[in-house]
Amino acid sequence: MSAHQPETPDTLPKLLLAQAARWDSRRVAIREKEFGIWQSYSWRDAADHVERIALGLASRGFRRGDKIALIGDNRPQLYWTMLAAQALGGVPVPVYQDSIAAEMHYVIDHSESRMVLCEDQEQVDKILEMKDKLPLIETVVYDDPKGMRHYDYPFLVSLERIQEMGTAFAREHPEYWGAEVARGGGGDLAIINYTSGTTGFPKGVMLSHDAFISTARSFLEVETLGERDEIMAYLPMAWIGDSFFSVAVAFLAGCTVNCPEDASTVRQDFREIGPTMTFAPPRIWENILSQAQVRIEDANWLQRTLTRFFLPRGMQRAKLELEGKPVPAGLHVACGIGRWLVFEPLRDQLGFRRIRSAITGGAALGPEMMQFFRALGVNLKQLYGATECCAPATLHRDGQVRLETVGPPLPGVEVKLSPRGEVLIRCGGLFSGYYKSPEQTAEALRDGWLHTGDAGLFDPDGHLVIIDRVKDVAKLHDGTVFAPQYIENKLKFSVYIREAVAVGHDRPYVAVMINIDMEVLANWAERQGLAYTGYTDLAQNPATYRLVHDEIQRTNATLAPSQRVKRFAILHKELDPDDAEITRTRKLRRGFINERYASIIAALYEPGAATVAVRATVTYEDGRTSETERQVRIMDVAGA
Amino acid sequence: MMATALGTPAGGASGPALLSVEDVTVRFGAVAALSGVSVDVHRGEIVAIIGPNGAGKTTLLNVISGFYHPRSGRILFQGRDRTHLKPFDVAALGIARTFQNVALFKGMSVLDNIMTGRLLKMRGSFLLEAVYWGPARRQELEHRAAVERVIDFLEIQAIRKTPAGRLPYGLQKRVELARALAAEPHLLLLDEPMAGMNVEEKEDMSRFILDVHDEFGTTIVLIEHDMSVVMDISDRVVVLDYGRKIADGPPEIVRKDQVVMDAYLGVAHD
Repeated sequence: MSAHQPETPDTLPKLLLAQAARWDSRRVAIREKEFGIWQSYSWRDAADHVERIALGLASRGFRRGDKIALIGDNRPQLYWTMLAAQALGGVPVPVYQDSIAAEMHYVIDHSESRMVLCEDQEQVDKILEMKDKLPLIETVVYDDPKGMRHYDYPFLVSLERIQEMGTAFAREHPEYWGAEVARGGGGDLAIINYTSGTTGFPKGVMLSHDAFISTARSFLEVETLGERDEIMAYLPMAWIGDSFFSVAVAFLAGCTVNCPEDASTVRQDFREIGPTMTFAPPRIWENILSQAQVRIEDANWLQRTLTRFFLPRGMQRAKLELEGKPVPAGLHVACGIGRWLVFEPLRDQLGFRRIRSAITGGAALGPEMMQFFRALGVNLKQLYGATECCAPATLHRDGQVRLETVGPPLPGVEVKLSPRGEVLIRCGGLFSGYYKSPEQTAEALRDGWLHTGDAGLFDPDGHLVIIDRVKDVAKLHDGTVFAPQYIENKLKFSVYIREAVAVGHDRPYVAVMINIDMEVLANWAERQGLAYTGYTDLAQNPATYRLVHDEIQRTNATLAPSQRVKRFAILHKELDPDDAEITRTRKLRRGFINERYASIIAALYEPGAATVAVRATVTYEDGRTSETERQVRIMDVAGA
Repeated sequence: MMATALGTPAGGASGPALLSVEDVTVRFGAVAALSGVSVDVHRGEIVAIIGPNGAGKTTLLNVISGFYHPRSGRILFQGRDRTHLKPFDVAALGIARTFQNVALFKGMSVLDNIMTGRLLKMRGSFLLEAVYWGPARRQELEHRAAVERVIDFLEIQAIRKTPAGRLPYGLQKRVELARALAAEPHLLLLDEPMAGMNVEEKEDMSRFILDVHDEFGTTIVLIEHDMSVVMDISDRVVVLDYGRKIADGPPEIVRKDQVVMDAYLGVAHD
């Protein structure tokens, strides 16, 4: 390819260079809180770092088509390395940093990565432990040297050293960088994103630069985002949502990406930055809501009283607006006052003061969650999509947000339903296939349409409504259809309920298994003066059962009689990704759960059963397992 | 634990010691808290002091840090006699410590608590400090940067602005370590850094102690009851019993020492 740049950059590294040419050092590309201060890097700084890292990797033998695994928290250095690999025509493979060893090994091994970038000692240690089983790995790069002073391995090298090597390499090969970037084309692979999936091994979703850029372009036709906007990069880098927002959208819009200081400081950092747009899966919104509720409980009586008065009114108003119904004048006035006294201060506390657009996606969000945030004045919208189409396919437009829908398709994205009711997607952002799995690719990608496996329908306004997974939509014994996820999401709005698993396929009624929210329940138990030894003990406490019972009863009132929950049990342990019960993005793996908790499910349908003994196998982080036996209570829901 | 080039295990001890406690005796009335104890600590070592309750471990630490003065014997630090210095003079020499019972300023933020660790390094006039101008401002920034490095090192960013008194015990201990580290000591004295902690907190603390030693080459003397921790992290173990030193050597040898076992198992003393 010739030396001149094409009109519109067709790869992410070219986009970065275009922003660097445009803004140079005048605008901040990425910030990271370190040593208590927000350290800023301009577009020029970012481009320089990427160049040095790329050349350093090149001098260690990284070539076109090679893969590099990235393990760590959101750090500028990790994003730069991602871009550096892409600039050389290589492919970054981000890995969930909290994966257990076997999962991590699977992804690195399956992707045939030749290099690994680790954020710190913790990750390096994990790699060192499995190094013998990763014969392809030639170089392990680390960013934070702490604790590794005495590590002496020929394949271990610091990112700082890589950059020095890059500087030296540039002196010997001054043409290399420009030529390699120019050689890249839109059809090249930009990333392999491993999705845990709700069944089986993770699949490597291959996404091209074209896919990212065209999807980001569609997205930006709906959402206005520019160089003055601030976003936070705090979700796992291995999640498609992060690559899409923190890289593709940020590079195209030229907005500033902010990396938190530490996983434990995200909320504080969020508030300091006051992002103008944010994207998060439901579990994060649920988390923020729980925190807000705890804070309200802990506030003084005046604040508590005011909140208890205004919040339900705000939510009522949000509900009416979402349904497109008129808001009574009295409610309008009340909310106007509530805005000054409660909503604005609370919104500020949560870090949403400057937010213009807050987007949820990745799983369904309880309707009440939507009402809560919208009552505060946070413009929360639903997005629906899949890793296989670069994250977004549909999105609510401002002023047209509906409770039960995920919005109309983005410009340039076609969405239709198969005869079975399965959601099919066709757009420029579609993936190039699953890495090394042609059969699975052929299954998901038929005639150019992505088969999502989600069951949906369109409402009269052209909004898509997602009901459940096609394979999860279940029938009761008498043939009544019910969507477990729909019921679960309603239950999960209760601050006390963290997870719910609805069962009832081929059974006479719907029953659920509950995970309590330990943080909230611990607070509640303290106020009740309830003594307990740990999760299991608190979960099985009769008072906890009564509390959860009332919550379920409240949810039942909003469900059709045939869909109501008749019996429930609180599980003795939390569903855990390490036990393969739930994915890292917190999607239930129903097959595993049905198998593992078969005895509890049986008891839920055994008339008169009050308790059931369960044996559980617990997997520790190092892969060891142990068996425990517990008594789990079963309770009827009154009036259902 | 990876041995550093600097670490000189006992037995083959050579060269001048960083700290020498020579034949020190401390009495409280008729009670001899320490009688004729001699301990050498070499640069770059991690030395653990163990012994049953009341053996004189904390007293030894207090003598080194100048809280008590010995009835007889002397203390050499970096080759010079430091027997009769006051605690603040000792601190100025580069000896920092943490306490058995956490001694933080409970109402102050974690950040301010750690900043107090820099006090002895602060120079400048009261007037300039008051208007926060010129060198005073520059100095404040330097100290803050040093403190932030310690915060980063000990991974306590999330509690930077939390009042120390509101923290759980394990974290308070870590903040105390942070304050001691902020003084950039040559010698760090830790009085039961892991007391009252659960297994996970102990593992964290052990890792931090080893990291401090690795990263800054700080010489560390610590008192600890948990034998597995002592065996894991120390280069040398000094055993006290009834104010006397009964053993001194590498952990694997001390562990098998008959006298030590007797002291711990409670064989009758004369």
